[in-house]
Amino acid sequence: MKITYPHMGYSYIAFKMLINDLGYEPVVPPEPSKRTIDLGARYAPEFACIPYKVLLGTYLETIEMGAEMAISSGGVGPCRAGYYGVMHQKILNELGYDFKVFILEPPQSNYLDFIKKLKVLKPSVMSWRTFIQLIKKGYSKLEAIDEMEFLMYRFMPYEISKGDTARAFKIALDMLDQAQTEDEIEDARWECRKVMAKVPQDRSRDPLKIGIIGEIYVVLEPAVNFYIQKTLGEMGVYTDRSIWLTSYAQKNVVVEGKVGERDIHEMAHPYLNEMIGGHGINSIGEIVIYAKGGYDGVIQLAPFSCIPEIMAKGIVPRVSREEGIPVMTIFIDEQTAAAGVLTRLEAFLDLLQRRREQKTVKERLA
Amino acid sequence: MPVRVGIPRFLGYFSYYPWWKTFFEELGLEVVTSPPTNQQILNAGVAEAVNDACIPIKLYHGHVMEIKDQVDILFVPRLVKVRKFGTETFCPKFLGLPDLLQASINNLPEMLDTRVDLTRGCFELFRISRELGERFGASLSKITRAYLHACQALQGYRGLMSRGMFADDALECMEKGYKASQQKEQGSLSIAVLGYPYLVYDNFINMDIVKRLKTLGARALTVEMVSPRQLLREAKNMPKQMFWHYSNRAMHAAYYYLNRKRVDGIIHVTAFACGPDAMLDRLMEIESRRLGRMPFLTLSIDEETGTGGVETRLEAFIDMLKRRRVLE
Ligand code: SF4
Ligand code: SF4
Repeated sequence: MKITYPHMGYSYIAFKMLINDLGYEPVVPPEPSKRTIDLGARYAPEFACIPYKVLLGTYLETIEMGAEMAISSGGVGPCRAGYYGVMHQKILNELGYDFKVFILEPPQSNYLDFIKKLKVLKPSVMSWRTFIQLIKKGYSKLEAIDEMEFLMYRFMPYEISKGDTARAFKIALDMLDQAQTEDEIEDARWECRKVMAKVPQDRSRDPLKIGIIGEIYVVLEPAVNFYIQKTLGEMGVYTDRSIWLTSYAQKNVVVEGKVGERDIHEMAHPYLNEMIGGHGINSIGEIVIYAKGGYDGVIQLAPFSCIPEIMAKGIVPRVSREEGIPVMTIFIDEQTAAAGVLTRLEAFLDLLQRRREQKTVKERLA
Repeated sequence: MPVRVGIPRFLGYFSYYPWWKTFFEELGLEVVTSPPTNQQILNAGVAEAVNDACIPIKLYHGHVMEIKDQVDILFVPRLVKVRKFGTETFCPKFLGLPDLLQASINNLPEMLDTRVDLTRGCFELFRISRELGERFGASLSKITRAYLHACQALQGYRGLMSRGMFADDALECMEKGYKASQQKEQGSLSIAVLGYPYLVYDNFINMDIVKRLKTLGARALTVEMVSPRQLLREAKNMPKQMFWHYSNRAMHAAYYYLNRKRVDGIIHVTAFACGPDAMLDRLMEIESRRLGRMPFLTLSIDEETGTGGVETRLEAFIDMLKRRRVLE
């Protein structure tokens, strides 16, 4: 059977391997393009959030490529992502496609259901042990990919000749893509680190530091967020983002070892005292964390009409004022133009630069 | 002078007002309710609230603005869950509402942001009442009495609604102590007007849809006219329940009316850019088509919806239904 899955950053490499290992034929989803988004927007409800539209577009594109089934994650709400699967299925059926959207609900919601569903994916001739090993292997690849991406954004602002880091990252991705066994992945990971570390850097620079927060999908998918981290990196800005697919990179966020959900909620107090679904409360908590971590500013990425992020945006001015950190919100939908985003980014960087200069002047006077 | 508590006449108001009012009055407080939505409230809300918010959230801000200076304490309950039903909660905007108000409106009076999560235990509502009552220094017996009367009032209100009354009629009925006369509304057509209570029952913001339907010769039926038990029975039609309380209720009601063929058409009243409704609306549309090709109309409401537009759309819809009927 030909199986596809949502495109999320560079994770497609790991999922491709996993599906292949399980004995299915992976249909690698194309990176979301104008066409993907247009396709999705045409058939999706007008006010569906952009992740929904991109996913629908991806399914339509992969159907053209022969995919018969998609595996996606569910989410337990209280947000719309948890209902994506049902709605995608209904809309694709209405369009007359015989395509199955298979939703893996996260195990917290219902363990039995999770295992039952996993069983469908497990080929009957395969033992559970092999199955679990394969999943673990997939995860370690995912982790390696996350690590390289993480390193790329760390190094970019210091690179001496523009584009070096991005090139190194590409090489690293290819190496990881080639690695097939557990050992190979581990070796490749070491090699990749070396490749990344070889990029010549000028560590004397003191770049602006920006934290990137917001809704998971638009934060994770560069093709939808206008490659914001790369763009900023090329402009010589150090960025850190709060959300990663694997916990490897997640753990490294801002202050080491202090990013448990509990802490985020504590940080969000007193600005927001309730889980509001999606990444709403995280967004608030993370602004506080970035402010305390000495960052110059924060950029909030939010799908247009995204419920939790709109709530967060409403609360942001207060957080920003009281924590003393500028925050810019970028809403993304199918009409957002790259040029507009770029202008706003430049203006924001100007503002941060000026603030920094004022601060140094003040410090010198004091 | 008794303590004045302010209740904004919006969002949860249409579902729970009799409870709140009775309870606070029994405790000896003065209840100040904001006036029915009007242009000024709308303007104030649009000015104060974060501009990407949906119109109901803006209106709520407007109602708060309207009464915030006339009260000592503002009652803005944080409605989280009112029944154990999967992972259902209220819309995330309800969940963060007190925090949002806090961030966007200056000089708020003290806010009573009681968290309401009735799934925490059987006596949760009483526990909350007790907490509220003690906040105002009432004795346990007084609180108990207030609690019982409040529950009674809510039950009465719901009874009136399930017998076919609209929110404002039902409230007036209770206020003046009328006996509910069985309202047999006339109208050759029946239309299910589905949506969230604050859209269906706020006559300003929905541009008097009920009255308009009436003049066009159609009777409106709402979610609240179906008993909760019957609503729940329709849940099995969905492969997965939604996460939002009001959305589930509206969808269940849609199935109820669809499966029973009690209506000639369905109108979904929705707020422009409402998150949950992006899903709900399409689902209703698909299901209306699937279950007996039921005529379906979406009425989307925003700040600038002109009455003219609504009028023509309703007329066209009703005309179509009438023609359909003749053909049958
Ligand atoms: S968090 Fe935002 S983008 Fe994600 S499902 Fe909810 S509304 Fe959509
Ligand atoms: S359900 Fe829709 S209209 Fe109601 S508060 Fe939520 S987003 Fe706004």
